[in-house]
Amino acid sequence: MKRMLLALAAVVAVVPALASAAVTVKGSDTMVILAQRWAEDYMNKNPGKKVQVTGGGSGTGIAALINGTTDIANASRSMKSDEKGKVRERYSVLPTEIPVAQDGVALYVNEANPVSQLTIDQLHQIYVGDVTNWKQVGGPDQRIVLYSRENSSGTYVFFKEHVLKGDDYAPAAQTLPGTAAVVNAVAKEKGGIGYGGAAYAKGVKEVKVVGADGQAYAPSAENVKSGKYPLARPLFMYTRAKPAGEVKAFIDYCLSPEGQQLVTKVGYFPIK
Amino acid sequence: MAESASVPAIAPLRRGEDRPLPSIRRRQLREAAIRGVITLIALTGIAAVVLIFVFVAREALPLLTDPEVRGEASFGKMFLPQVLRPNRPPGFMWQPVSGVPKYSMIPLFVGTLKVTAVSMLVSVPVGIAAALYASEFAPRRLREVLKPVIELLAGIPSVVLGFFALMVMATWLQSAFGFTFRLNAVVAGLGLALTVIPVIFTVSEDALQAVPRAYREASLALGATRWETAFRVVLPAAAPGVLAGVVLGFGRSIGETMIVLMASGNAAITSWSLGDSVRTLPATIAAEMGEVVFGGAHYSVLFFIGVELFLFTFVLNALAAGFVKRLVRRMSGGKA
Repeated sequence: MKRMLLALAAVVAVVPALASAAVTVKGSDTMVILAQRWAEDYMNKNPGKKVQVTGGGSGTGIAALINGTTDIANASRSMKSDEKGKVRERYSVLPTEIPVAQDGVALYVNEANPVSQLTIDQLHQIYVGDVTNWKQVGGPDQRIVLYSRENSSGTYVFFKEHVLKGDDYAPAAQTLPGTAAVVNAVAKEKGGIGYGGAAYAKGVKEVKVVGADGQAYAPSAENVKSGKYPLARPLFMYTRAKPAGEVKAFIDYCLSPEGQQLVTKVGYFPIK
Repeated sequence: MAESASVPAIAPLRRGEDRPLPSIRRRQLREAAIRGVITLIALTGIAAVVLIFVFVAREALPLLTDPEVRGEASFGKMFLPQVLRPNRPPGFMWQPVSGVPKYSMIPLFVGTLKVTAVSMLVSVPVGIAAALYASEFAPRRLREVLKPVIELLAGIPSVVLGFFALMVMATWLQSAFGFTFRLNAVVAGLGLALTVIPVIFTVSEDALQAVPRAYREASLALGATRWETAFRVVLPAAAPGVLAGVVLGFGRSIGETMIVLMASGNAAITSWSLGDSVRTLPATIAAEMGEVVFGGAHYSVLFFIGVELFLFTFVLNALAAGFVKRLVRRMSGGKA
């Protein structure tokens, strides 16, 4: 009995100690696999250190950063000015933005779909609901079924800004939790179209997107790196103040050659 | 009643004792204590429900009091059609993350009603028919297997049923009915029905079992067949219990989150077609609660949805309770 109590006391004493030592990372679902790989590798190389990674969407991560429940927010979009303002309001310091990788937002269609390239303007019309049939953009006579991400997703916001130019998504756009769900849905739906990180495309076709020079580009490594692919974007980590201590050590690791190598392995593109 | 009956037997007067009946007093004290504890637990339950409601309502309150929040999400904007884009007819739209946030409740109401209607249309007849079969027609052996198996269905985590609906049922139904949208109100409603059927079945079966044997015997003795007895005597006699099961199932169906989140497509479309994707009230809370910043308009609107769900269940339960009361009164002698 006594021994049990002692063991219990030990557990009670140790748990908060461990918890306080952990660096918490929260946010972008696009980045969650990458962040997990980073955390695993970092913890393997630095025994005794702890990094906790959760997804939930860029908005979730940024809200957590503002509310003070995470050390690092992952975001696949840059913070809005009112979000930055909220951080300054509460902590009297502006958040620090650290680009850690690059990604191209790919557009997926069903493998049976013959459409192979689209312009940003066509994508705009498709996603606001003005174009509702594939034959209007050079495909077969089939209704377009829109897949989107839920609005906590950074990809959702990125797409809204860069493709929809701030317009609202058509009400018929179905929102699915996570890029993997979007890919799975498009793989099963003949008229489907969806968007998400380039690392996820399995069982679907990636459509080429027409860039500023009038040529169509696939979301490949070189096209994203060179900026020719029109929907390339940086992936960020945000901290409340300038990173220090454990948090800085982890971010430095992510930006190191080893960390950037993992970026390539996961399917995104290194920043350096 | 039980007390007074058992007292003399348990505590007889013993010879040579000055103080009378210490054991009776101790027993009474103990019972008073137990009664107190049970009352306290019951009151705690009531207090918890009230406190939860107060909490949810308080978080929604800025919709009435805070001018900034009201400017973004007034009741007019929530319930009346709005002009969404220039040169378009006004409509209803749920777009909380937008340059001009839009919080129309109408597509969410329509979605919730469609999903709930599909699930109830399937689960009420199936649940009641299964209960009637198990209680009136099934051989005893079969019934002993049937009941636990259906009740086991209630124990399956809803996320598993949602996954099944998303991956398997959606594909079947699309190839069977040719839906444009793979994920739609029918898929979500059928997924929900899987969780509602066991609720209706269990409660109805218990109610049917509780109908006195004498009713069945009297009916059969008058020359009615087993079918007539089951449908015209046993089922009406068990109606209050069966209705309670239906109400319970309805509550489950309107508040279920996980299956709907996974299988409905979550598109806020205002239409009557069951083949369209839908977005429901509880799924909206679940999908968006994580991202909102505390205290903003979006946050308050999500809590307001919580208040609406609370009110729905309250009103429905009150109506059903009143209806059952009238039913029972009419059946026990016809004196209104």
